[in-house]
Amino acid sequence: MKNPRRNFLKTIATITGGAIAASVAEPFNALLYASSFPGKNVKGGSWYGMGIDIDKCIGCGRCADACKKENNVPREPFFFRSWVEQYTIKNDGEVKVESPNGGIDGFKQSVPDEEVFKSFFVPKMCNHCYKSPCVQVCPVGATFETRDGVVLVDDKYCIGCRYCVQACPYGCRYIHPQRKVVDKCTLCYHRITKGMTPACVEVCPNGARIFGDLNDKNGALIKFLKEHTCLVLRPHLNTGAKVYYNSLSTEVR
Amino acid sequence: MPPQIKRLALLFTIFIGCFILVRHFLVPKSFGKYGHYRADSVEENKSAAVNYAGADVCTGCHEDIAKTKADGKHARIACETCHGPGGKHIEDPSSFKPNRPKGRQFCGMCHAKNAARPKAIPQVDLEKHNEGMECYLCHKAHSPKIR
Repeated sequence: MKNPRRNFLKTIATITGGAIAASVAEPFNALLYASSFPGKNVKGGSWYGMGIDIDKCIGCGRCADACKKENNVPREPFFFRSWVEQYTIKNDGEVKVESPNGGIDGFKQSVPDEEVFKSFFVPKMCNHCYKSPCVQVCPVGATFETRDGVVLVDDKYCIGCRYCVQACPYGCRYIHPQRKVVDKCTLCYHRITKGMTPACVEVCPNGARIFGDLNDKNGALIKFLKEHTCLVLRPHLNTGAKVYYNSLSTEVR
Repeated sequence: MPPQIKRLALLFTIFIGCFILVRHFLVPKSFGKYGHYRADSVEENKSAAVNYAGADVCTGCHEDIAKTKADGKHARIACETCHGPGGKHIEDPSSFKPNRPKGRQFCGMCHAKNAARPKAIPQVDLEKHNEGMECYLCHKAHSPKIR
């Protein structure tokens, strides 16, 4: 090390140059991020995800209702594993978001037709992220991602500390009022592992929800992703979300 | 070895020994099998009860309704979308009956006029469309077109 300053500058230049070159060579794509880790632990295993077609959602709220009935979610209007929101963008640019009882009792148009610039329904649920913030913050290992890509909660191990509720950027977790542990969408793990579809997909009258295996190249979900221009919610957070929305407007948060 | 080191080494051994012992009893057996979680929890999640049986099970008994439905506009809608979970009905068909939803509000959840609803879905203004009448008087839910 005869010339420490020159060596230092050389190292810095190499690292910076390398990083820039690497980012040019493979531009970051939030959508492909999650699906680029198919079945990371199991060969030939599944890697579950969900597609939601906003163009097809009619806002009947049957998915939110079925979710509660299938998974015994409390009926009070504060606890949801899945719910539907109505977005209305007014002519003056104001965005109105409504979700009366998660959409279970149906929606009533609250903005008169002549003021509506556009309006649409957005079903929401756990995004089963590849790099879930909720899993990362759990202090006891009570929430985890299974080897087939589903984020689950161990209700016997959860201490109800609510860190994950705060960490989830999509607001998909709640504390169960009786059991005092966290509860969330399991992608109906008890159903999908028996070869059935999740309850919300089963009851959707218009086929707006597509459940599938991202490892199955001929499957319904891959077909949906190929044929539609899909986005994930909050891609800038780099959560690796695996719920893909077709026709997602920028107003949706 | 100086005596104070010996005493410290003994203390450390006891402490580490206790730690390993306590850890052995407190950490569940399946913890860490697949990752930083209890592997048994995956099985527990799998074992939850299924309430929605799926349309195929329904059509197994109710063939006539399935036939009516297959020709109508509601062909692709699952039975349990309107009738609710049928798991209990399949276990004990006589004592547990699924919902038979009635009322304009129920049909309105899909068919009430709303700017957000795709245009392909027939929509009516619930307050003006044959006010006070029940939907099923004209439209049979399994095949809603008026004939």
